[in-house]
Amino acid sequence: MPDTILERSRPATADELKWRADWIRLKTIELVAVAGSGHYTSVFSCAELFAALYYRELRLAPHDPTWPDRDRFLLGKGHAAIGLYPVLADLGYFPAEWLETYSRLGSPLGDHPDMRKVPGIDFSSGSIGHNLSVGVGMALAARVQRRDYRTFVMTGDAELNEGQVWEAAMAASHFRLGNLVAIIDRNQMGLDGYTENVMAVEPIAGKWEAFGWRVMSIEGHDVTAICEAFDSLPATDSEQPTCIVALTRKGAGVSFMDLALDWHLGFLGPVDREDAEVEITQRMAGYESRIKEFAS
Amino acid sequence: MTTVTGNRDPKTWNMSTSLPLMFSLVYGAELADMADERDDIVVLTADLKTSNRTSDFAQRHPDRFFDVGIAEQNMMSMAAGMAASGLIPYASTFASFAGLLCAEHLRTDMAYPAMPVRVLAHHAGISFGFYGTSHHATEDIAITRAMAGMTVVAPCDSNATRALLRATVDTPGPVYFRLGRGRERDVYTAPPKVEHGRFVTVREGCDATVIASGIAVSAAFQAADLLQDQGIDLRVLDAMFLKPLDVDAILAASRETGAILTVEEHNVLGGLGGAVAEILAEGGLSVRFARHGINDEYALIAPPTHLWRHYGLDGEGIKRRVEELLA
Repeated sequence: MPDTILERSRPATADELKWRADWIRLKTIELVAVAGSGHYTSVFSCAELFAALYYRELRLAPHDPTWPDRDRFLLGKGHAAIGLYPVLADLGYFPAEWLETYSRLGSPLGDHPDMRKVPGIDFSSGSIGHNLSVGVGMALAARVQRRDYRTFVMTGDAELNEGQVWEAAMAASHFRLGNLVAIIDRNQMGLDGYTENVMAVEPIAGKWEAFGWRVMSIEGHDVTAICEAFDSLPATDSEQPTCIVALTRKGAGVSFMDLALDWHLGFLGPVDREDAEVEITQRMAGYESRIKEFAS
Repeated sequence: MTTVTGNRDPKTWNMSTSLPLMFSLVYGAELADMADERDDIVVLTADLKTSNRTSDFAQRHPDRFFDVGIAEQNMMSMAAGMAASGLIPYASTFASFAGLLCAEHLRTDMAYPAMPVRVLAHHAGISFGFYGTSHHATEDIAITRAMAGMTVVAPCDSNATRALLRATVDTPGPVYFRLGRGRERDVYTAPPKVEHGRFVTVREGCDATVIASGIAVSAAFQAADLLQDQGIDLRVLDAMFLKPLDVDAILAASRETGAILTVEEHNVLGGLGGAVAEILAEGGLSVRFARHGINDEYALIAPPTHLWRHYGLDGEGIKRRVEELLA
């Protein structure tokens, strides 16, 4: 048993989680500056989800990253790892100095996460469509080993174009994996534009229901709605997997990137970067004052 | 079962009715024995538990057997997830799907993150006969051996299968088992002693060496008998490890016999022949050398035995190629 375990449903206020989501956005901008190019907007759409998962919901042991009873989180949309690295460093999985090496020669931190290099990454990803299957395997392993950990897999919405996602969806309900949760980051866009123009994925909820999943559609930037969805998850020994369709916006949190067609990959110049950081930090200041008010 | 009487015509290639003829598909039973001793072994297949006899495992360990249906890529990634959770998964399907359809899953979800999955790829080569090229796998050695961190083995019979299963159970990272269709006659009378990355010398000889893989080991043995009558003393090496490769055995064969023929049920490009050629060229050794196998083409339609004969992968065919090499 690890010395320190972060249990599920830790106390966290909505303001704290909102602050954390914007902190993730800010850190993402810093890391992209190191690399010279990055997936800002793919992180921005799931920043609130990351915050709620890592600062409230997941059962974790940051100082014992391979603890067998930890909850698993798989990032199917591996290109958003840049938003996860600051979180893992903050929780103590690895030294914060690692962040400064992002993307440089020999760094453990690349655009897509490598489980063999980064403590806290539960599985490598990058090839879109694989990780829900990996999660099915982890959830089945929990059954074989009689463990009560929960496996979360976040997939992109355009990732639903990959056929393997539906192979995994079929298997998860067939094997009655109530300990598996898929989170769809429904940020509306892939690289080439809106999903519904490139290759339509709707109706998302109806598809998952047809595959035998319990489906919840939530506003994915509303931390209260996210926490309520997590609170309503069935017991891990239940028999129906859950799909949370999180309605989000690619690039949310920086007004000129919000659902902007040309920002899947990009690099902020100095003026734009400052505009983005000012917008985010002003919002964070508001949360901070309310958090302090609440504390006093 | 489609037979009423239970009598099996040895001419049949039907996968269900000919099961009793598939005496070298022993891994379902062997893994069941191994799973009696350790609780981390699980077996997956993709709607093929009858064809590959993983049903032998399913009967004895139903709670550790997972049939994923016809979804091979999902199976490979699932197996990787199980391995990441502390299990030793054995994932079994036809080599054409394991090695080709799922190549990227083997690379990205197993080899790259060093997951201890064991891929049991059966019906390798052209052993599917008249099922045609969609079901043949004459590229999988080339594909899997190019993956860093992948171990590639090719048991030639039931005893080598048993020996390699046990020898590699704790091998770090993934292992690709290249298996036949199950009718391979025993070369070994008991499970051979396996050393990681070493060939097995199944016949000593000094005039030429055949380095053979899979069904070619048995055929090379027959060729050796035929050549014996002509006074040619053939060394036969069982290349049960295709990666890592037994460099010492290759160089010794080169020095000691002066002629090397590789034989594989695989394209001559990139497989065993290509691998041995790399070693010989880098070793700077002057040796008579030829690659025998499928010559960069897709196989004809025919029953498996006819195909093996047609492509010279039987005793007579190997004998002819050795004679050509020594001429």
